[in-house]
Amino acid sequence: MNFFVEARTQILVSLGVYIILKILFAFHFVSEYIEQITIYSFIVIIASLGLNVIYGYTGQFSLGHAAFYGIGAYASAYFSRIFGIEHVYSFLPVLLLSGAIAGLTGYLIGIPILRLRDDFLAIATLGFGTLVRVFFDNSDRFAEVLGGSRGFVGIPRITNLETVCFVTLFLIIITRNMISSRYGLFWRCIKEDETASMSIGIDTAKMKLMAFAYGCFLAGIGGALYAHLYTFLHPSNFDVLKSIDFLIIVILGGMGSIMGTIYAGIIWVGFIEGLRIILPAAMLDLRWVFIPLLLIALMMWRPYGLITKGR
Amino acid sequence: MNAIEIEGLRKGFGGVKAVDGISFHVGEGETLGIIGPNGAGKTTVFNLITRFYVPDSGRIMFFEKDISHLPSYKLPRLGIGRTFQNLRLFQNLTVMENITSAVLCEQGYNVFSGIFRTEGYLLAEAKARQEAQRLIDFFQLTGREKDPARNLPYGEQRKLELARALSLRPRLLLIDEPGAGMNPREIQDLVTTIREIRERFSLTIIIIEHQMGLVMNISERIVVMDFGEKIMEGTPGEVKKDKRVIEAYLGEEFA
Repeated sequence: MNFFVEARTQILVSLGVYIILKILFAFHFVSEYIEQITIYSFIVIIASLGLNVIYGYTGQFSLGHAAFYGIGAYASAYFSRIFGIEHVYSFLPVLLLSGAIAGLTGYLIGIPILRLRDDFLAIATLGFGTLVRVFFDNSDRFAEVLGGSRGFVGIPRITNLETVCFVTLFLIIITRNMISSRYGLFWRCIKEDETASMSIGIDTAKMKLMAFAYGCFLAGIGGALYAHLYTFLHPSNFDVLKSIDFLIIVILGGMGSIMGTIYAGIIWVGFIEGLRIILPAAMLDLRWVFIPLLLIALMMWRPYGLITKGR
Repeated sequence: MNAIEIEGLRKGFGGVKAVDGISFHVGEGETLGIIGPNGAGKTTVFNLITRFYVPDSGRIMFFEKDISHLPSYKLPRLGIGRTFQNLRLFQNLTVMENITSAVLCEQGYNVFSGIFRTEGYLLAEAKARQEAQRLIDFFQLTGREKDPARNLPYGEQRKLELARALSLRPRLLLIDEPGAGMNPREIQDLVTTIREIRERFSLTIIIIEHQMGLVMNISERIVVMDFGEKIMEGTPGEVKKDKRVIEAYLGEEFA
């Protein structure tokens, strides 16, 4: 099938990456901590890719991406608990279902708010993000197991190198194919000029919804993988600051670039965690000073991203 | 048969009556010019026909079908194409993509085919590129297929916008001030091009224009607007002599 034939390069590269990482992990060349953040960087890439579809390709500015990431995380943790899932194979359907729930939520919330443009949309997504955070904080009132502000504990650790490599590869290929299909073309048209898009017959409302729901689906998958990597969820992991992390990665990598998102995801996780290693414990909080400074510098010198060429 | 019939079309913005009860019709294959001073409501008429604005009242019939209630994005499929006064190209998309996007709106495939790159997908994409190439060649943009639209000189951007509208295979083409910002030489070219496409695609055309030379040259009939109303309608010859038209354009003392 054309699907696999045209994805040869990606499959080979991922296989190479997998083998190298597997050797590093298996012979304990790296600490368990490094192992964990390596896997985490894959998760960040998946979720950021979702935001890149929404913002980078379709031009719909969202400040609520972490909410969908959180919805995927909580949904998957909940399903794992009630179905008693402990193994990777039974986890894959849960993964898909959690992604679908995040995507569906995105679709439903998208119907009213995607009519808004630019800054109004930003405020609406910000509002939704806050709403979800508040919901997580009080979630124990709906179901004790969700843990509310104490956090969701005791999630089985299922996410491993194989799972993230396979899922990331698969989703990157699907996303790439979507982007190069007519749907991706319509998304880019909408980003360029919504009025002109309508004048050539693009159902802009539908296409925006599709991009938004798909982007949220990717966030949900990322969240579900995250939940089963760290085995503990806390509402504060899914607040607006987290949304901004994804936004920074998309901007850092360059809007509308899949490769850019991949590089930026790795750089981002490496940077944050690297500072944790370099900085003495007493100054650890300074990380949150460096990051905004980095963002300001980026906007001044490379407004179109570090990786893509300037316009 | 009339390609388009407009009856008592009205649109106000707050206290301003942008279009105040206008009626006209265009026969199939005819070219109608709309002229009038700035702010007369010409572009608003276009935006009402293509449903970017919802009319306050009035009716728009397209080949005897009432289109006044249809959403904007459905009109290209019925056969209405348009260009814009201030060029609305997809600036960062290539010349080729600017046209294929329009072609693929009608000749599509579903999401599944797109993701798994089925035969149907490959076929539709190839066909769209072929059709786009034909238009690119016709408008002498050959060789620039892979350039982003923003890199084209102004005159060629105008051509690309026309090509994009024509790729929808419209029966009615609305052209909004094609001569804006062009020199006399380019305008001469434009007149030739519009004549050519009218023959070749057997089109009905409505054209808004300020350059009298251009509009008088092309149109069979002209509607003159002022303050949202139609002040007269007639052949180019009649319009040139009309006292009300001279008044609207040059002021009373010249009439």
